[in-house]
Order: sequence, then structure tokens, then C-alpha cells
Amino acid sequence: MAIWCRVSSRTIANANHMRKRMNQGFAVDVNRASGFSSASNRGRPLFSDGNRRHLNSLPWNRATLVWFQRFKSTLAEKQQDPFLSSDSDEDHQSLEFPGGKVSYTSEMNFISESSQTRVPCYRVLDDDGELIPDSHFQQVSEEVAVKMYSKMVSLQIMDTIFYEAQRQGRISFYLTSAGEEAINIASAAALSEQDIILPQYREPGVLLWRGFTLQEFADQCFGNKADYGKGRQMPIHYGSKKHNFFTISSPIATQLPQAAGIAYSLKMDNKKACVVSYIGDGGTSEGDFHAGLNFAAVMEAPVIFFCRNNGWAISTNVSEQFRSDGIVVKGRAYGIRSIRVDGNDALAVYTAVSAAREMAVNEHRPILIEALTYRVGHHSTSDDSTKYRKLDEIVYWKNARNPVNRFRNWVQSNGWWSEQQETQLRNRVRKQLLEAIQVAEKAEKPPLAEMFRDVYDYPPSNLEEQEKYLRETISRHPIDYPADIPV
Amino acid sequence: MLGVVRQKMLGQSLPKIRPVVSVLRSYSSAAKQMTVRDSLNSALDEEMSADPKVFLMGEEVGEYQGAYKISKGLLEKYGPERVRDTPITEAGFAGIGVGAAYYGLKPVVEFMTFNFSMQAIDHIINSAAKSNYMSAGQMSVPIVFRGPNGAAAGVGAQHSQCYAAWYASCPGLKVLTPYSSEDARGLLKAAIRDPDPVVFLENELLYGESFPVSDEVLDSSFCLPIGKAKIERVGRDVTITAFSRMVGHALKAAEILEKDGIDAEVINLRSIRPLDRSTINASVRKTNRLVTVEEGFPQHGVGAEICASVVEESFAYLDAPVERIAGADIPMPYAANLERLAVPQVEDIVRAAKRACYRSVPLAAAA
Repeated sequence: MAIWCRVSSRTIANANHMRKRMNQGFAVDVNRASGFSSASNRGRPLFSDGNRRHLNSLPWNRATLVWFQRFKSTLAEKQQDPFLSSDSDEDHQSLEFPGGKVSYTSEMNFISESSQTRVPCYRVLDDDGELIPDSHFQQVSEEVAVKMYSKMVSLQIMDTIFYEAQRQGRISFYLTSAGEEAINIASAAALSEQDIILPQYREPGVLLWRGFTLQEFADQCFGNKADYGKGRQMPIHYGSKKHNFFTISSPIATQLPQAAGIAYSLKMDNKKACVVSYIGDGGTSEGDFHAGLNFAAVMEAPVIFFCRNNGWAISTNVSEQFRSDGIVVKGRAYGIRSIRVDGNDALAVYTAVSAAREMAVNEHRPILIEALTYRVGHHSTSDDSTKYRKLDEIVYWKNARNPVNRFRNWVQSNGWWSEQQETQLRNRVRKQLLEAIQVAEKAEKPPLAEMFRDVYDYPPSNLEEQEKYLRETISRHPIDYPADIPV
Repeated sequence: MLGVVRQKMLGQSLPKIRPVVSVLRSYSSAAKQMTVRDSLNSALDEEMSADPKVFLMGEEVGEYQGAYKISKGLLEKYGPERVRDTPITEAGFAGIGVGAAYYGLKPVVEFMTFNFSMQAIDHIINSAAKSNYMSAGQMSVPIVFRGPNGAAAGVGAQHSQCYAAWYASCPGLKVLTPYSSEDARGLLKAAIRDPDPVVFLENELLYGESFPVSDEVLDSSFCLPIGKAKIERVGRDVTITAFSRMVGHALKAAEILEKDGIDAEVINLRSIRPLDRSTINASVRKTNRLVTVEEGFPQHGVGAEICASVVEESFAYLDAPVERIAGADIPMPYAANLERLAVPQVEDIVRAAKRACYRSVPLAAAA
């Protein structure tokens, strides 16, 4: 290895180090990943400039020095035993610090608050749904593509009709996923049935993909006795154990550390599955976002954190939510691999989630995906977003950047879909949904007996008493109680 | 005075009174002594050994052997997968514990003190307590949150609050407050085995105290029922309810009262939620007088709930107003003299019992 490098004080110091160690008769193992741990030096202070004066007094060997330089450069990735203090008190150009070697610099530089360019966004289909040449993506079969597209359409129709139902006073609340159909369906399509989902609340498409029927959605929204939640929760708070979809919980971001916990449990059980947890741009401001990501990284848990950056958290625009370049840059802060993807490009989302799943399951690591999209609808039926954003902006994203249209163009260009199928699908889904709503509306509400169940695994005596008193009161004053609630 | 036997225990500085008519079982005369710390440690050890789903998580529980050494030796025995040291994120590890419990594991999450559980209280209340109900039984949460609760000595306001009333007001949780070593073992085992979320409130000052334990208590299948109080001392003149460290104070107060001819019945609540209303009411119907003792703040406290329960169910049996002894209604001061004044002392309990027995002038009249 006849590579000569310019002799700088740094290399002298390094050579010094080398010399000293060789003088000590300490066999240097080239393959050893660590820096310069030496048991005999354990007591010496880690950071000491005191040895600078020895710099010129010891002889050094150029060849050794150069070899040493090369050796050092390959140590970049692996660091072990960072706590053992090293001989490098004399090596004042870098620091053995817990976590790895840190090199010094005499130039004072603050890391800029933002980089020159924003992190690029991965996409495969252009705005019109045409495949971008030379793009990397995972091919989907006709069957999967048609299923994905059909589910995206179903989600659109479901959102429209349930929203209307709320406006008509038939259900008390609803929230749409308009504009985020690609995120919902494509991410679900890339996962296996065993992967566990911890949603935020704008991901009913994941359940739709997994086979939750329109009737089951309607039953939950109407809180009738067929509802798996037994009428205990507001509309859209779906949950289904058999679909591995955890019941939606209103407090924001609590699902993130919980996801890390479940992922850890999957790992302990050696299951070939991962957890996928969704969060919006606003939710990343919660303390639980920090807790969840930090823990997942430390515990090496197989979890995918999927952030739907749709620009708005009710009326709070992202510029008022954080000042970082979105969410993707936060991944590195936690030691988590991350990617930014075009959330309105179904193929890109599908590919990114597939790849993320591979890494999470096989390498036992968390992955962060930031999907850029737009919340076309209002936050919920309790919101009128035209009060805080321009109508043109909404209309633009709804029409020109529509993920459903984009994907349809691609599916159609492959010859897998036609206008006729489109009309048939939309009519069929609409009809099914309207029927489901009618059935759900007429169905009985959950009986009184369910009111006191599930507070605990087994009802304690005080709850049994309360139920007894309530029944007695109802039988004494039936006029005060709704007649249609079964007792 | 039927059935009261006084016995001097080996190594105990104070005589302990044990009822012969014991609700549970009789003690062997040469009973072993065990500290509360060792009881908790042995309970954790046995439950972890019996069920591979049980794991321990918290700050300093592993390498440091536990902030109060409760988990001593467990890391060595079970390895880092089952005894996890966590970063300083209460919200994080409480959330992770809840997630793991959703999945089917049985986490025991340790808070260094329950004062720090405030940073995780959303996970405890909105996730752990309510999930089984909101998901209609699909998501159960077999988790135990444990750690020291209430005042220690000289630790100031943010390390001294008692959270029994806070957690006990929330449906979906079970709240336990052990006093003796037997309580610690039996209740912790019951908590770990229970499929519902349990908040297990220990007390730092009790960790080092020794109590006699019978062979039955030492058996690995020993378990105490959740929701049953224990009558530590049978009496007939006044009922004193207490939990955790205050049980010891109440027993000492009973000693003093006995010299004045007042025979106090001391109830160790053991379980704040569910509260053993039937035992309390049965006792009040017998003695007709009630003094509730707790370390925590008076407003909306455990004593308030007990008083309401007795007024609702046994009003006609009360011969005197209910006396409530609680901590001072101030954040805990640090200075030793002030701290002593802010926490119930034995004398406070004695005076309250006398007031209830009309042996001294009521507070209102004295003012």
C-alpha cells in the first residue's frame, strides 16, 4: 500500500498513537472494528490535550502511519466499546465518545436549520398517471391492480355517502379520507394479513382492503347491535380483531408508542410480521411521536411509521405545525431509515411500503415513511375548511391531483379497466352502501345488558348492582326511557 | 373483648395485634420475617417464572437492579428481553406496555414514583382503562403499573403526592394498595394474573419494613383476592379505615386508644378500586363510628368516597359524624418540621377517634 498522504498534525498524532501502542507491545488487530481501546488505559481521562507536547518527540514510521490512515477510514460504520477510554488522549483530533468516534474540527460551523434542497419525493406515475420512464417500482398484477382501484373507488363512494348521511342527521359524525385513497389502499395492499395495523382515524381504506364489508362500516357508524364495538364509540372508530386492525382511539399519536410495544412483542414471538402505524402531519407534534420513534429505534422493533402529511391539521397548516422539512428528516434524528413518497401515487406507495415491510421484518428495524398528499375534504363533519383555506386550492387538489384518477389512467392504459366497468362498479357500490345504511339504521341498538360489560374482564359487584338498580328504575318509570332500546 | 390475642413478634419493636378469628388462615407461631421489598421481588420472580408472557419494564429496573432494588437479580435471571431498561420517557414506555398488552403479553411497567406517571397518564386512562370497553372486549389490557406512591421523607412536592384517589375514580382500572409483606406478595401476584389493567401503589417507606409471613404466603401459588379489605384488628367501639403506610399508623393509634378504653377496629383497605364497601359498612354497623385515614389530599379523596358510601348505606347506624384524616391541603413542603405537619400522624388519628367517640370536644365547637 504505497499511498502517501500529506503529513498534517493530525496524521502525526495518529502515528503517535500507533507508535505508542506498538511500544506497549499491544497487538493491533486490523480487523477489530473498535478504535483504540486499551485495558491499561481505562483509568485515563478520555479527553486530554496534554499529550500534544509529545507530538514531535517520538519517532514515527511513515508506512505505519499511512496504513493506519486507511485503517481508520474503514472504521466509519462500526464502533464498539465506546466507553473504554483509549490511548487517544494524544489523538486530540477526534474523540472517543459514547456512541462512537466523533472527529473534532477547529472551524465553528452550525449545522444549518434546513438543507439547500428539500428531501426529494419518490414517485413512479406522473400527474396524468403515466409511468415515468426508468422508474423503479414493484410491479402489480392485473388482479391486484384492479382490486386496488376498485377499493379506492369504493372508499370514495363510501366517504361521499356517509358524509351525506351525517348531513342529513342520520349519523352524528363522519370523517372522510378524500384525497388520500392511494395511501389507504396501496399501503394496505403491500402488507400481509398478519401485519398489525394501529390507525389514526383517516385510514378506513385499510380495513376496506382487508375485507370489512360496507355493512360492517355502516353498523359501526350507526352504533347498532351488530357493531363490533357494541355502540360504545363515535362513528368512524372502527376496530376489528379478526382483521388485525386495532380500534381507533381519539387521542392523537398514542398509537405510536403502542405500535412499538406490539412490534416488540412480535419480535419476541419470532413472528414474520410487522406493525404499521399511521399518523398525520399534526400528530407528529405530540410527545408520543418522539417516544414512539425513539423507543422503536432503541428496541429494534419491526414497525412502520406511516405519516400522512396532508398539509393540514384541522385549520393548522404545516408551516405552523413544524419548521423542519416535513417529517422525513426527523427519521434520521432517531436513527430510523426513512423515505418521502408521493402519497397520491398508488404504485409508489405500494412499492415503498413493500420495501419497508421487508426491512422491518427481516432486519428488525423501524421505518419512517412520509407520504405527501392533500386533505381534500374538511377535517370532519364538524369542520368547514373553506373558512381557513382557499377554495381554489381545494378544487385544484381534488381535480388535478386526484389519486384515484391517476391510478385509473395507469390501470386503463394497461388494458385492465374500461369505462363500462367503471360505471358498473360505481353503481354497484353505491347501491350496496345505500342498502347497508338502510339496514343499519333500522337495526336495533345494543341492549342494556351490554352497557356494563367489558369495563372489566368480569363485572364486579358494584357494576352488577348498578345494572340491577337501573333495570328497576326503568321498569318503574318506563315513560322516561326510550322505548326502542332493548332491555 | 373476644378473640384478641396480643403477641410480641421476633425482631419487631412494637407489639402487633393479630385476630384469632382470622378471615384467611392462621399463622404458624414461628413465622418467617420478610421485608416488603423482598416480597415484591419474590412475587415478580415467581410470576415471571410461571408465565413467559410476563415482563418488566421501567427506568433503572435492569442493570441498576431497580431504583429501589425491587427488581434485584431479575435481569440476571431472565435476561434483557424480559427485564427492559427504558429511556426516560414515561409516556413512551407506558404506551409501549399498553401496546404489548393489547398484543397479549403481560407487562409490568414500573414508574420510579407515581408522581412521574402524570407524564403517562393519558396512556393509563385513555388507553389502558378504557380500551376493553371501547373495543367491546376485543382489546384487553392485562397490564400492571406499579411503583412507589405517596409521601416519602424529605422529597418535596413533586415526589410526594398520593394518587390513589385519582386512579380509583376511573372505571376500567383496578387500584391496589398493599401494606404488609403478605399484602405485597398476594396482591402483586393477583395483579399480574388479572386480565384488567391494575395500578399497584406501593410505598417507599414500607419497602424496608419487615412483617411476619406464613408458609402459605411464601407458597408460589399464593394470591389474595382483589376487592377484599382485611380487618387487621378487630374492635367494637370505632372503625378506622386506612391503606398503605397509614395502616401502620392506625394500628399504633389503636394501641394508644386501648389504654383509654376505646377498642378500635382497624381495616386495611388493600383495594381502593373496587372498594370493599361491604366490609366497611358491616364494620360501621357494628361500631357505629368511623374514622377514615389517608395520606393524600382531602378534597375528593378516598375518605370522601368511604364517607359517602357509609352515609348512603348505613346512615341510621352512625352515632357520630364521620371523621376524615388526610394530608394537608397543600403541596408537600420539604422542611422536615413542615413535612411532619403536612402528613397524618398517629396522634391525629387518636384525636379523631376520640372525637368520634365523643370523648373530646368536636372540632367545630373548639374553633
